[in-house]
Amino acid sequence: MNDKTRKKGKPGKLPLSPKRRAQNRREFIRTSVMAAGVVGFSLLGFLPLAQGTSLRLRPPGALKKPDDEQKFLAACIKCGQCVQVCPVQAIDLADLDEGFGIGTPYIDARSQACDFSCDGLQCVLACPTGALTHELDYPADARMGFARLANPGKCLALQGKGFKGQARGPDFKGVLRYEEVDRWNPIPVADHPYDLELCDLCVRQCPIEIRIADCARQEAKQEDHDGQALVAKRMGNECPPRHAIALEPVESPDGVTRMRPVIKDGCVGCGVCEMICPPEPPAIVIDIHKITDMA
Amino acid sequence: MGYIVESLRLLAGGAPRKPEKHHRHDAVNERYAEKRKTRLTKAALEAARDEHKSTCCNKWQRRRWATLIAVNLLFVVSYYFDVQLLEGALTASRFVGFHMADLNSALQVMLAFKHVVLNLIIGTVTVFVLWLLLGGRTFCSWVCPYHLVAEWAEYLHLWLAKKKIVKDHTFNRKVRILFYVLFVLLALVTGYTVFETISPTGILSRALIYGPGVALIWVALLLAFEIFYSRRAWCRYVCPIGVTYGVVGLFSPVRVKYNMENCHHEGDCRKVCMVPHVLDVTIRGRALQVDSDLASDCTRCGLCVDVCPTDSLNFVVKGIGKHL
Repeated sequence: MNDKTRKKGKPGKLPLSPKRRAQNRREFIRTSVMAAGVVGFSLLGFLPLAQGTSLRLRPPGALKKPDDEQKFLAACIKCGQCVQVCPVQAIDLADLDEGFGIGTPYIDARSQACDFSCDGLQCVLACPTGALTHELDYPADARMGFARLANPGKCLALQGKGFKGQARGPDFKGVLRYEEVDRWNPIPVADHPYDLELCDLCVRQCPIEIRIADCARQEAKQEDHDGQALVAKRMGNECPPRHAIALEPVESPDGVTRMRPVIKDGCVGCGVCEMICPPEPPAIVIDIHKITDMA
Repeated sequence: MGYIVESLRLLAGGAPRKPEKHHRHDAVNERYAEKRKTRLTKAALEAARDEHKSTCCNKWQRRRWATLIAVNLLFVVSYYFDVQLLEGALTASRFVGFHMADLNSALQVMLAFKHVVLNLIIGTVTVFVLWLLLGGRTFCSWVCPYHLVAEWAEYLHLWLAKKKIVKDHTFNRKVRILFYVLFVLLALVTGYTVFETISPTGILSRALIYGPGVALIWVALLLAFEIFYSRRAWCRYVCPIGVTYGVVGLFSPVRVKYNMENCHHEGDCRKVCMVPHVLDVTIRGRALQVDSDLASDCTRCGLCVDVCPTDSLNFVVKGIGKHL
């Protein structure tokens, strides 16, 4: 039936009237302008990438090289499932001002860092496209960035000062999991005041250092009752093989020995140190252009 | 086969066919001849329309709006109350743990990333089968949040047009295929999911679930364009999601069926339709058979079913042979 229609349909076509032809021409021009406008606008999405303003701290497992996120932006389907599973709500989605990065997850470490309190890397497990690659099993495998003592002048430890009170003030909304308070649920940092003779918050709250200390305790237990604890230590928190941060003595210009946070090659760039650091701006920040393997 | 060829032609922006007498079924020609003899007066048409209006109740529109709002609210509620029923957004989600991925978003990711993980395949196949069963572009009118706001904007446009304040400027429908090809090539060549940047479906879905952002300005601009310049422009001439689901709908059993027997050919259905080319079959002389299915570009929104004064348009499920 269709073939017939096409064969016999043509001869019946009348030549178009001049008015109709003018309408068609106008429609063609309108359509071309609209098409150019829409495609042109969509391509503006490249600008934030070219300017580098779309570079962000990404969740663990993000497919990215420190200076190139092309693969990550391509693989991310912009659904936000990683946002939904994060127990500390560290992940936000980028907006249209980040161009092609729209809808992609990032972490603003200063307001809420990833403290790995989900243990199982829930965001990685939630990702449907592999934009957060399943190739990592434990927090210590993450390569998000690398901490840096950006403002040594602000560092309380380096000034020989202690810290007393709420790390980020009473109005700070950020949360952390304090295992000694609640093994399962993160609590507001504001609800957990400190009283430290020498400020060591960045070391004390480092998720990697906390896990190393846990493992050390398990190790000690193992010596008590032979063999049993080896299994326990592998539950979710696989012992990080390398230290991430430590306070080490340095000789200051005035001849006094002070303690300075030194970032070690076990740092994964989760951002907890940046989040917990009391001064404003923080002494320690995450450098997203660097990861430990290139350190 | 004829349905698939004709549907593809319309999807690609082709003009609806204009059959001549010998192409049409004999029964159709007879019926057209009878109708010519007993042609209805304008007053009779008005009376039929008014009578229908007094009995009908926009049944399908109400069901559709309720469904659309329910689906989108399920995303919101699921996250807000952490009940994990429907996690994610319309681009990709998990329904009670089972992966779903929007076909067009998945396509963009596959083309840009050039690597596909198993979960994405599972999600894509699930959604493909879902809309294969439910009618392809049914996604557009029953789920897409942009469709609903654009429908409201359309009422405003029509009101302004009636007052002669604005005029509908049409575009060439073939441009939709051009957009489709361009966005496929852009994803492939640039390695970025370029279309996602401007997709009002994704933007609105994320805005509902994760909170509003500046991207809503783009959606507002699109709506303003549709209100003041061109009726339903995005869905009609641009959106590649609609094309993707239009192709799925080629093979779907859920369709709107047109029966020419009692049709007045007054064209009320074409006036409310977002894709009126699929309803050109209701123009006098266009039907080939007594019953014809509307082409797969039809979004199964049911506005024509609601508005038809003669019950000539109805939802059908092929194979079950039952009217909904």
